[in-house]
Formats: sequence, structure tokens, C-alpha cells
Amino acid sequence: MLRKKPRFGNSLTRQTRHWFPLFVGPVLAAFIIGFVWPFIQGIYLSFCKFRLIREAKFIGFGNYVKALEDASFRHAFWFTAAFAIVSLVLINVLAFAAAYVLTQNIKGSSLFRTVFFMPNLIGGIVLGYIWSMIFDGILSRYGTSILMNAKYGFWGLLILVAWQQIGYMMIIYIAGLQSVPDDMLEAARIDGATRAQTLFRVTIPNVMPSITICTFLGLTNGFKLFDQNLALTGGQPIIEQGGSYVKTTEMLALNIFSTFYQSKSTSPGVAQAKAVLFFILVAGLGLLQLNYTRKREVQQ
Amino acid sequence: MKKLIALLLALVMCLSLVACGGSNSNDGAKTEEPAADGEAAPEDTAAPAASGEGSVYWLNFKPESDEALQKLAGMYTEKTGVPVKVVTAASGSYAQTLTSEMDKSNPPTMFVVGNANSVKDWSSYALDLNGTPIANELNTDAYNLYDEDGKLVSIGYCFECYGIVVNPDHVAAAGHTMDELTNFAGLKAVAEDIHANAATLGFDAFSAPDMDDSSSWRYTGHLINLEYYYEEQASGSKWTECPPSLTGEYFDNFRNIYDLSINNSTTDPKDLATGGHDPVNEFISGKSTFVLTGSWDYAAIAETVPNATMIPYYCGVDGEEKAGLNCGTENCWAINSMASEADQQATMDFMVWLVTDPDASRIAVDSFGAMPYKNAVESTNAFLAAADDYAAAGNYVMDWATNYQPAVDDYRAAAVSALNAYNADQTDANWEAVRGAFIDGWAVQYANQQG
Repeated sequence: MLRKKPRFGNSLTRQTRHWFPLFVGPVLAAFIIGFVWPFIQGIYLSFCKFRLIREAKFIGFGNYVKALEDASFRHAFWFTAAFAIVSLVLINVLAFAAAYVLTQNIKGSSLFRTVFFMPNLIGGIVLGYIWSMIFDGILSRYGTSILMNAKYGFWGLLILVAWQQIGYMMIIYIAGLQSVPDDMLEAARIDGATRAQTLFRVTIPNVMPSITICTFLGLTNGFKLFDQNLALTGGQPIIEQGGSYVKTTEMLALNIFSTFYQSKSTSPGVAQAKAVLFFILVAGLGLLQLNYTRKREVQQ
Repeated sequence: MKKLIALLLALVMCLSLVACGGSNSNDGAKTEEPAADGEAAPEDTAAPAASGEGSVYWLNFKPESDEALQKLAGMYTEKTGVPVKVVTAASGSYAQTLTSEMDKSNPPTMFVVGNANSVKDWSSYALDLNGTPIANELNTDAYNLYDEDGKLVSIGYCFECYGIVVNPDHVAAAGHTMDELTNFAGLKAVAEDIHANAATLGFDAFSAPDMDDSSSWRYTGHLINLEYYYEEQASGSKWTECPPSLTGEYFDNFRNIYDLSINNSTTDPKDLATGGHDPVNEFISGKSTFVLTGSWDYAAIAETVPNATMIPYYCGVDGEEKAGLNCGTENCWAINSMASEADQQATMDFMVWLVTDPDASRIAVDSFGAMPYKNAVESTNAFLAAADDYAAAGNYVMDWATNYQPAVDDYRAAAVSALNAYNADQTDANWEAVRGAFIDGWAVQYANQQG
């Protein structure tokens, strides 16, 4: 490619320029229709009272006030935050460990990689129902169910998501581990570094790009989780708290969904406001985290 | 060569975009496709006058009736040339489907507004049906829903009844007679006797419904109606809107029958939270004697238990020997007030045809159970016949006070949560939590909804 560049450079550039609108146009249009416009409209709707979008009436910040006053939303936030942090650590540590083991030239490692990756191919709703049967199969022996204790719901969801996502993160880590230069590892060995020293001083700094992407994915996935939450517990059990009923295992996305369909004239607007807050939160956290881990990446 | 590849790629991209756009507009396009032949001259003069311009889009609420309705839509289009589109919302997602469909450029012209909550949400999009041709065809006002201003928002197109479905052969095989089942004491004696001898009899007393979404409504939506109904009676007048709170005066009666049904059942109460049993299927396959269900299951049940009948919710209330079945409906038609006049007229004509034409109403009645219209054909549903028999014998009909449940989804979900805990450990303390969810929860959800 590089060698060819001088020869075709000019005509290629000219051609690219010539065809530029044709290539970018459709994608740009799709992006605007499918993302930018709905996004702007969504923000506008969060300031409106509406049942049907075409009849939205602007009401200012009322929806945001209601959203922040909602005990179930606050509960969902803390539950989600706890879940996202625990799942982030758990998934990444286990995925890295699996990737590390599977890059050590053990027999059948490609089989293991395939098998570990497979749960990721199953949809969240299906997984939720399958795991609810597994958990209840065990818990019913003790006269209880995953729907009856928020703790079971939390750890159940964590097991499910870990099982689903570890394989995916593992693949990213394997790619990272394989790109660690052999000469560096060899140099470390010759210098007499221990396995642990090699891991923490050579390997991990070199896979920082993978860690960046995996922590980003882990964090945002943790916050955005919806299908698995809906299918596994649907927010059960429900407790009474300060005059309102709170779904103890409901995460933010599910809370927004159920708010939207509550039978109350203001609920769609409040749900929309919650969704905007949710977006700001996830985007903000994602950017912060990217910024933080990027700094730790090394140039090879 | 390069040019060719570039062109090809660009073409593929454009095509994929067109495909995306195409699938988007498809939903709307379905209605337009037959609209062209709407102009075709209506051949049949016997059919109600079709303007030839309007079309009908019915967003159906009952998945089990979809097949029959598609057939009816085809019949009507064939007869009058008026295009009729029937779309069925998936079970349990009517509110979601309706919300998104109503926002499209071709919204449903005919949709379902079936309870007090729904009237609140959709009243402003519904045509006032007072004095319209379809309202004049009704033989009762009992299933109609009005808003606060007296606007007739929706009219019942079919009615249902629920209670306890009984397999009389099993009752006889256990050495009892149907005559014993006239009050709670009688029902309890029979059910407990059958449950105690289930191993030798080969069948059990109840098929208790699971607490998952597929069946929990049998308790949280239907069985609880007895509490609401008796409370409504005690208040002296029928509810016309959601009461702000409940007294819970008859909640112990609910407990009577609830306990009886879960503790004398094919399923261990502790396993109900998990789900996975279909109570009606168990009943059909002969595993149980009693099941909590309604007239909508008649066709399925009659195939294997042709003499199955339905008895009222006996729960230990004084004078319950005169109780009847729970009759009401959540199936009420509304006409979209935002639709064009031609579409509204076409929809009205279609409705009238559906309840007056002998062939059409035969299909509709067989699918729906019974329709409260003067010229609709008679019902063949034995459970509805049982309801009529009770009424004819002077028993009181228990109306569906349950339709007034505030914030119905949240309210029922909280009740399920409390019932799960009670099923696992049947203590009075846990029952108090159940009472909290049903009785105090009503006031909480009511207040939330107002705020």
C-alpha cells in the first residue's frame, strides 16, 4: 500500500474527492435520520408534557424536577451504580485471567476461546429466562426464589452478565496480549524478571489499549443493562418506602421504560427527562474513564 | 476496474439505505396498499353504505381472536371494497403498541379503551360515541365507559365472565355432588377432601396459578375482584371512578379462597413464584378439578371437558349462596377522533356490520364469547350460559370493579411481590404485607397517579 501510494496518489485523491459525497452522503443521512434528529427531538421532549409526540406541549424543567424527586429513580441509580462497578471489576479481572491463561499455549485453547465466547451470542431476554430457571431451581429447595430477595436479584444478575460478557472481553484481551512484542518479554526474561514482574511491568502496560476499551464497554454495558434485568427479575421484589413502592432490583434503563408507560399524563415526559439524565451520566462517566485510562497507555 | 468497484459499493450503500427507509414506511404503507381498490364500486347493496374513501385500521387487543378477525376483515373488504387492516398487539403490550401506533401518520381508527386508566390516557383521542349508530345497536349500557364529562369514550364489544371452573366428573368421582358447591364451606370441604385423596383419585383439587406474568393476573386482577366488589356493594353504590382508598373489609374473605386454592393444589405454593405451570392446561389434561379462569377459555376446555361449568368465587361472605359470576369486560371499542371523517365513518359502518350481519356476528361471537348487541347472534359459550343461569335464578352479578385498579401494572407487581413472600412462608405477618400491597397500595398508587 505504502509503496503504491506515490504512483497513484494524485489520481486517487482526486477520485476520492470526486466520489466523496456519494460515499459519505448515505451514511451521513442515515446517521442524521436515525440518530441526530431523534436525539435532538428526545431532548426537546424531555421539556414537554405529551402522550403523543405530535401534541407535545413545552413545560420547562418540570419533568426534571419530578424525575429527581422520584424515589424509585434514585434507588435505581444507586442499584445501577453498584452493579456497574462490581460487574466492571469482576468481568474485567476474570476476562483478563481467562485471556492470560488461554495465551499460554495450552492444549485446546482455541476450543476454550470459542466456548467461552458463545454465551455472548445468546440474546439478553432469553438468557434472563434461562438463568431465572436455573436460580429458582436451586433457590426453590430452600423455599425461596430470586424474585423474593433483592440480594439474590443483584448477585443473580451479576452472575448472568459475567457469564455473558466475560467471553467477549476475553477475545479483546487475547488480541491485546498477542500484540505484546516478544522481544520485550524476552528482554524481561533475560533481565531475570519474575512472572509477576513481567505481568505487571511489561504485559499489562502493553495491553492498556485493550483495558481501556474493555473498561469502557464494561462500564457502559453495566449502566445500560436492560433486557437481562427485565427478564430475570423485572424489578422484583417490591418494597414500600416512604409512601411509594420501589422495585428493589430495577436498574435505570428499566426504570425509564416502566415510567414511560405508567398511566399518568406526565409520565412520558418524566421518562424522557430521566433518559436525558441517564445519557449525560453514561456519556460523562464513559469520557472520564476513557480519559483516565488513555493516559496509562504506552506507545510501543 | 476501480471505478466499477466504487460504483458498486456506492450502489450497495444506496440500496441498503433505501431498504432501511422502505421498512420504515412499510408499517404505514400496509394501509395504503388496498386503498386504491377502495374506489372500486361497492357491489353489495345490502352492506352498510361505504363511502368508498375511508378505510379501517383496527388495533386488536385479543391475540386469541386474531385469526377470526383477519377473516372478518377479508369478508368485509370483499363485500364493500373498504380496506380493513387488523393488527394484533402482542399479549400484555397493548399500551405500548397503541402509544407508538397512534403517533404514526396512519394511526388506528379503531382501538381498545378497556378500563378507567385507559379512559384517562386516551379519552381525548376518542370520538364521543353517544347516539351513534353503533351505540344504538347495543342492548345494554353495562359495558360502556364514560369519561368525567359524560363522553362515551368506548363501548363494549364483547363481555366475559370469570369464576371457578369445575370439572363435574371429578367432583362425582370423589364422591361429592355439585350441589355441595354453593358456598365457601361446601367448596372447602370438597377441595380439601379431593386434595387429601389426590394420590388415589389421580387428580388434585386446584391448579393454582403461577405468580409469573402469564398467570398472576388470575389473583391480582381477577380473584381480588371479590374484595372490591363486596366493598363496592357495602358502599351502597357502583363505583363510577377509582375510589381514593379501600377499607379492606372483605380482605379476609380473599384470604379464605386464596389459601384454599394454593394449599390444595397440584403445585406446592413455594414453587408458584418460579412459574412454568399452565393451570388451564393442567385442568384440561385432567390433573385438577378446579381452576380460576373465565369464559375466554371455554373453547379450549370444552374439547376435553365438555361438561365443565363455572361457579362463583365463594369466599365466606354472608349470603353468598346468591352469588353469581364476575361479568364485565375490558374489551371496548373506541374510534380515533383524529382520523379523517371518511375513516371514522368507514369504521363506524364496519362496526355496525360486525354486530348485525348474521355471518359476521357468528364468527365474532364464536371468537369473543358473547356480544351485547340487539342483532348479534346468540352465544354458544357454556360458561356465559352459566352466568345467565345464575342471573336468571336471581343471583347477583359481580361486576368488574377490578377495572378501577390505579396504576394497574405497578399495583399488581407489588401485590405479586408480597404474595411470593407469603407463598413461601404463610405467616400472618407476611399476610399483612399482602394486605399492605392490595389495600394500602391502592391509596398509594391512587395518590401517585393524581400527583
